[in-house]
Amino acid sequence: MKRMIGTLAGLGLALLAGTALAQAPAGKVTVVTSFSKDVTDPFKKAFEKATPGVTLEVQNRNTNAGVKFVEETKANNQVDLFWASAPDAFEVLKGKGLLQKYQSKAQGIPQNVGSFPINDRDGAYFGFAASGYGIMWNERYVRANKLPDPKDWSDLARPVFHDHVSIASPARSGTTHLTIETILQGEGWDKGWRTIKEMAGNFNQITDRSFGVPEAVNSGQVGVGIVIDFFAFSAQGAGFPVKFAYPTVTTVVPANVGIIANAPNRTAAEAFVEFILSPAGQEVLLEPTIRRLPVNPAVYAKAPAGYPNPFTDPQFQKMITFDVDRSEARTAVVDTLFDQLISFQLAGLKDVTKTLHEVEAVLARKDNARSRALAAEARDLIAAMPVSEAQAASAELRAAFTGGKEKGARQAELENQWAGFAKERYAQAKAKADEALKAAR
Amino acid sequence: MTAVALPALPAPRRRRLPTTPGQLALAAAIAVFLLAFLVLPVATVVYVAFTEKGTGAFTLVNFLDFARTDLFVRSFWNSVYVSGMSVVWASVLALPLATLTTRFEFRGAAVVQTLGFLPLIMPPFVGAVAMQLFFGRNGSVNLLLDDWFGFKIPFMEGLNGVIFVQSVHYFPFILINLVAALRNIDSAMEEAAQNLGSSGFRLFRRIVFPLAMPGYLAGASLVFVKVFDDLATPLLLNVKDMLAPQAYLRVTSIGIADPMGYVISVVLIVASVFAMWLSALALRGRDYATTQRGGGGLARRKLKGWEKIAAYGAVGLILALVLAPHLGLLLLSFATIWSFSPLPDAYTIAHYSRVFGESSLYIKNTLIYATLAGLIDVVLGVAIAYLVLRTKLVGRQWLDWAATAALAIPGVVLGIGYLRAFYGVTLPDGTPLAALWITVVLALAIRRLPYALRACMAAMQQISVSLEEAAENLGATKARTVRRIVVPLMTGGILAGFVTSFATAAVELSATLMLVQSNSDAPLAYGLYVFMQSPAGRGAGAALGVIAVLIVAASTLLSNMLAERNSANQGRKT
Repeated sequence: MKRMIGTLAGLGLALLAGTALAQAPAGKVTVVTSFSKDVTDPFKKAFEKATPGVTLEVQNRNTNAGVKFVEETKANNQVDLFWASAPDAFEVLKGKGLLQKYQSKAQGIPQNVGSFPINDRDGAYFGFAASGYGIMWNERYVRANKLPDPKDWSDLARPVFHDHVSIASPARSGTTHLTIETILQGEGWDKGWRTIKEMAGNFNQITDRSFGVPEAVNSGQVGVGIVIDFFAFSAQGAGFPVKFAYPTVTTVVPANVGIIANAPNRTAAEAFVEFILSPAGQEVLLEPTIRRLPVNPAVYAKAPAGYPNPFTDPQFQKMITFDVDRSEARTAVVDTLFDQLISFQLAGLKDVTKTLHEVEAVLARKDNARSRALAAEARDLIAAMPVSEAQAASAELRAAFTGGKEKGARQAELENQWAGFAKERYAQAKAKADEALKAAR
Repeated sequence: MTAVALPALPAPRRRRLPTTPGQLALAAAIAVFLLAFLVLPVATVVYVAFTEKGTGAFTLVNFLDFARTDLFVRSFWNSVYVSGMSVVWASVLALPLATLTTRFEFRGAAVVQTLGFLPLIMPPFVGAVAMQLFFGRNGSVNLLLDDWFGFKIPFMEGLNGVIFVQSVHYFPFILINLVAALRNIDSAMEEAAQNLGSSGFRLFRRIVFPLAMPGYLAGASLVFVKVFDDLATPLLLNVKDMLAPQAYLRVTSIGIADPMGYVISVVLIVASVFAMWLSALALRGRDYATTQRGGGGLARRKLKGWEKIAAYGAVGLILALVLAPHLGLLLLSFATIWSFSPLPDAYTIAHYSRVFGESSLYIKNTLIYATLAGLIDVVLGVAIAYLVLRTKLVGRQWLDWAATAALAIPGVVLGIGYLRAFYGVTLPDGTPLAALWITVVLALAIRRLPYALRACMAAMQQISVSLEEAAENLGATKARTVRRIVVPLMTGGILAGFVTSFATAAVELSATLMLVQSNSDAPLAYGLYVFMQSPAGRGAGAALGVIAVLIVAASTLLSNMLAERNSANQGRKT
């Protein structure tokens, strides 16, 4: 109630101020965001304090639902801002002409973070916080199961991690999609998929929301999760016994904010963008419940000890250059491949991987050339891909997913084809692995 | 879907009263309501199933693709299997609770019935987390088992995990409808059987249970369809090869432009309506009505000493199992950190103080929305039940089927449909119609209508039409007969329907999430969702969840007590 009175008073003031000074931001500004209350509340408080007369109305939706909402309601738009992590969501909005171009006045923000450009080149959206991808783990779980601390993607493929790893499906989680794409770009198409499938053989679960992974790791249901860094940092901030590491092949990308085209309160929307890019707004990111990496390097002076700094820490300088266009051209194909080859075939993949782990254990005690060769054949069968890198970005395959004019295979047909391909290969690999095990013993 | 355009159905066996213009108007009004708020919005989304991607031309090839895709076919049979098994296990849980509390003198019957109802109101997300913390692979139970005996039980893995969680979650549908039905059985029937020498289990099997069949089937068919269409539980357990999750995964990701997600939705709708039709078929040609009323239901037998121990033991065991998630939720709401340990590290009340300020607004909204939705549902439910069972209107069954189909429509699809259908419609001041909170109420009412409808149908099937004929012979008009005879006799069923709709509407999220436009219009479930997206919000979310459960439980207890008093009053009058 108190807040309502406050809001009303604020609105009253805003109206007064609005009539007096036409340019000053005032009134209600509505933001659609995928960020949790722990992120939005501190920003709301700081912004409303810094800009008297403006109320920030937060509409919480997951990224996909948010994009869908803005799209469905564009005829009578009531939303001023879109605020979320995944850059591809902003690309979609921009592609549909739903974002308003704007020139930010913020000072001291460099061109790039890591090797990723912070702002959209056309000024449709702005990076305000950087995030990198990596591995988080639950210390109690790791100790109880006598696991080593994972350091790199390839660690997760080791036998000791079998059934201990969790990931979100890239088709549902924009950040996981970028993780997968980073591995593919960093290691190359074939080698990258091999790494991903070897890790996947150790997956305990593939969740359907990004937050499902940190949730499972926080509560100790699984030991290790492939996540975006702030999930781990904010969990640490909340007191959970978790740790995080950036692998060698990874990248940092910015989380963004953009003004919706035709915004009902454009002045206030611009004020919000200016605020979160200002030093005061950037400092809010350091709060223990948020823990994201500011894009203004000067702000790190106020960060607690041990806070990762992508502008100075050497590990970030080695990170790969992420090619947004290459990623965008094959988004649907990569996500669908992951689902059809891994998510929906997980039982078969885990089964053969387990056998291969056993073979490795036996071979470590007593080497056997024939068994080793058979196991290598099995691994090649698993790694085989139904689609080459060139095909993945081809017009024909893209048309199947976007509904292009040329008549190729339908999406459902492709999916069934790929699923059949994987199922058959995994079964053949299982036969080889069994044979290898017999030979080794 | 309108009443006029459809061919006549086979002539019913049941005696029916002739149609009046009033009934016709009523049917038309309901048809218009369902068209406007269910059929049209859903059609704006689902028509994609029948179009070719890219060109938008009409085609049925997508359904052929469905039948040819291994994953979809496998998913379909998995869904059928899981739904069937869930009905079996839900019955195992519900039957003892229902019989013991209605047929015997059982202290605390109302409390048991209320507690037995709680699993239905598991708030989204946080309920799942609590359940994992208890029964998950490293939940309390398994950590202790592993510690003491060195093994674990995969409660929550694979299809069996889904069956376990679904039976615990949805068995109240059977419980609540069966209890209502058992209360309605005339004790004269039982006495007659006893005079003829029947007793014990034989009496139950041959007389009591068959007479309560409409209630049981109403519940069982709801469980079947609900499990068939539920996506939250399989997704929580990371089971993807079932039909509802497949539809959801496609509609919310790369498949959004692809027809297959909508094809699956159509398959879900058709399968659900088919299941309902089957359960109606099972009742066809039999008469469950009894004329004598006001006996206060079945005679209650006293339990003997050892029987009492066994009965309380069984009830206690079942309640402990089905309420474990709620206990987990309660612990979580007081926990500081709970990670890989049987119990939380320490306890705090900080989460409650954090949500205290905001929750009053959420609670108020939830109560308003859920009550309105529940009321709309019972009014529609009684009306549709009356039209279907008591009139000869052509195509009246379609009202039932259309309302039932709502069960199979994913919340996201309904949400998007509402935005498409109503966002363009603006009020004089420019606010879109879809931005008003009443839209949320309508969406909730449509989504929960099948629950109330099944309960009302079952209640009406137990009323003998001769009572109405008697009233009309004595000069009462149709409307007066309904008001003074039918509705009072259905009270139990109507209450059961209201409570089910109300309680489940209070914790619904998927459509709400699409439609809520501002924090001041948001219900509890939305607030909960907002909290549950961050590690620090877990405890606060659990605290909101506990508040939601308490409110709904209090409302349920209240209506159970009203029902008890009501039947007691009736008993005294005779």
